[in-house]
Amino acid sequence: MRVALFVTCVTDTLYPGTGRATVDLLERLGVAVDFPLAQSCCGQPQFNTGYRRETEPLVRRHVEAFRDYDHVVTPSGSCAAMVRENHPRVAARGGDAALERVATEVASRTYELSEFLVDVLGVTDVGAYYPHTVTYHPTCHGMRTLGLGDRPRRLLENVRGLELVELPAADQCCGFGGTFAVKNAAVSAAMGADKARNIENTGAEAVCAVDNSCLMHIGGTLSRRGSTVRAVHLAEILAATEDGTERAAEDGTRRSTR
Amino acid sequence: MSGRVHLGMPAFPEAAASATRNARLRGNLSHATGTIRAKRAQAVAELSDWDALRAAGAAVKDRTLRHLDHYLERLEEAVTAAGGTVHWAADAAEANRIVTDLVRATGETEVVKVKSMATQEIDLNAALERAGIRAYETDLAELIVQLGDDLPSHILVPAIHRNRGEIRDIFREEMGRWGRPAPKGLTDDPAELAEAARLHLREKFLRAKVGVSGANFMVAETGTLVVVESEGNGRMCLTLPETLISVVGIEKVVPTWQDLEIFLQLLPRSSTAERMNPYTSMWTGTTDSETADGPRVFHLVLLDNGRTDALADTVGRQALRCIRCSACLNVCPVYERAGGHAYGSAYPGPIGAILTPQLRGTASELDASLPYASSLCGACYEVCPVAIDIPQVLVHLRERVVEGGEVTVRGQRTTIRPARGHAAERAAMRAARWAFDHPRALLAGQRLASRTRRLHPRRLPGPGRAWTATRDLPTVPAESFRDWWRRTRNVRGEARGEGGGR
Ligand code: SF4
Repeated sequence: MRVALFVTCVTDTLYPGTGRATVDLLERLGVAVDFPLAQSCCGQPQFNTGYRRETEPLVRRHVEAFRDYDHVVTPSGSCAAMVRENHPRVAARGGDAALERVATEVASRTYELSEFLVDVLGVTDVGAYYPHTVTYHPTCHGMRTLGLGDRPRRLLENVRGLELVELPAADQCCGFGGTFAVKNAAVSAAMGADKARNIENTGAEAVCAVDNSCLMHIGGTLSRRGSTVRAVHLAEILAATEDGTERAAEDGTRRSTR
Repeated sequence: MSGRVHLGMPAFPEAAASATRNARLRGNLSHATGTIRAKRAQAVAELSDWDALRAAGAAVKDRTLRHLDHYLERLEEAVTAAGGTVHWAADAAEANRIVTDLVRATGETEVVKVKSMATQEIDLNAALERAGIRAYETDLAELIVQLGDDLPSHILVPAIHRNRGEIRDIFREEMGRWGRPAPKGLTDDPAELAEAARLHLREKFLRAKVGVSGANFMVAETGTLVVVESEGNGRMCLTLPETLISVVGIEKVVPTWQDLEIFLQLLPRSSTAERMNPYTSMWTGTTDSETADGPRVFHLVLLDNGRTDALADTVGRQALRCIRCSACLNVCPVYERAGGHAYGSAYPGPIGAILTPQLRGTASELDASLPYASSLCGACYEVCPVAIDIPQVLVHLRERVVEGGEVTVRGQRTTIRPARGHAAERAAMRAARWAFDHPRALLAGQRLASRTRRLHPRRLPGPGRAWTATRDLPTVPAESFRDWWRRTRNVRGEARGEGGGR
């Protein structure tokens, strides 16, 4: 089984701890994971803002980088959704039938991390230890486009030491939305503030999600509000073990900039 | 007095930003949408075959739209055979002219109106007023909007932005100028407010000789029009006046009664969270019996106003399936905070964001901003009873805004240019694409960012300020994932595919 990690540009550049955690976790579960260096960005920012023509070369690059693998795993719900739902569409709209065919193939072998763990590896207990109170925010693309359902929750419920608390209005969008966060900053901020308030009210120490771009918005909002709640990617929780590897902590990338 | 129009409105972000600062509006909206959202979910969960119904609704609409010319002709034949007269209106101006002339021909200067989106879309009331004809809205919420010299902000509940206290004040101050004044000592008790409206409207129903309506559905096989409502005021307008003029979008046709059955299940549950709506009025042409209810004279004005142009767009055309249930508004987090007025048309919320730029084009700043009025969270698509993939259409229309391309305008294929004001963004997107297509350059950029990470500002200038005004930036890590991998896995030199884009 040849497994490739599609780390995503946001995680690569800003949250490498999530990438390292994903590698740690998969290797601990006996999966030899490769990182094709030719990968970059799935083109989601371009595509979702309307720049389909700018997206096409990135689809081509992505497909080339990953076409030889049996499985592609990514720690991002929205990037998995972009690859699965939109890469074939971009190719089709560009009139490139060959690209559409390969893109559809790669798409069918692409998994968001919790899907890969639960559906492909068939594990819900990954042997993790994370002695904290955590609330879970289901991100929109993970929940609606991918239909992750309770996979992330099942994984979290099996983490030793972890107490999972319910997030009120969990299904409400956090307000990130890519360039939406800047183009409609006022509405995005209002949505973010409501999400942050709901998170704070749970009393959890950390909010967990499957997407670093949403976590960047949620974490940035929490930290600006002076909140002590940390935003943590699912991979980082699942990679943490009793002998003390909490990779995110070494990283410091989520600490407040103030 | 229906002086308010949507012309000259600011682009969505500005209007929405000011709405988010209006605490009362946000309170009214989140209360109202939150309630209906929960009820809808319950009403839908009751049906075990909801997904099949939804798929059937979408399929019937798609088939009908594919053969729209055929079904419209069948409809015209059937309506004519039943004693009605069919008029075809290519755009709003033509529809308004037809209706105005028809009312004038009756010699009347007043009409009573059934709540209708099509007549809001073409701003019929203003056109009638210019011709000296006064149109009275009879739907309770439309009445509130009309008396308040306001604009509707929701498809189903046009006065959703008003609370009870505001409604009481409007009734007290304005009813007298339009007819029977509000009862003395009117409070904000819902029953009292409804009674005040009932008394005020009753005299209009009894006096009116002409009714104006839209329709939720038109059944092609028999020429029957259908109006679905909760209050019964619509039925008064449909049965009492001698002349009835209905203005209906051409996409509202369904082939048969059997098809209608699907939508009469989908619509009430999605719209008001009811198993069945209280009043469903159906009429076929005219009646000539002295004792029967219903109009003696019936005119059907079939409205295009951009619909056939939208139909020519293979992605955008799914918007024409819409049955105006407003479920997408009620679940939309952006609508909940921006309010309906920010969308600048009769169609607010997610459906407005995909319909208005197709009906009106993307030339104005407001219309070009509508496809961006969404975080693409997909809640609208999830609840839409006819499965319109609203996020897909939004992104499709964004492409039209920033890249231009082929569109159909009044039946002619035309190539439109990208909208203005996107030059900086386009350059940034191109630059980002170039970097992402050259991983070596990306790596160099990441390393530079890491080396200078202590120097990065906490608040960004320019467009970045929109981010840092309410959110902290992540700190750049000392080492990117890519570099960590290269270091720990001993990757040297250039790996396959790492060079420039091919
Ligand atoms: S788009 Fe769908 S959900 Fe929205 S009003 Fe139309 S039918 Fe209802």
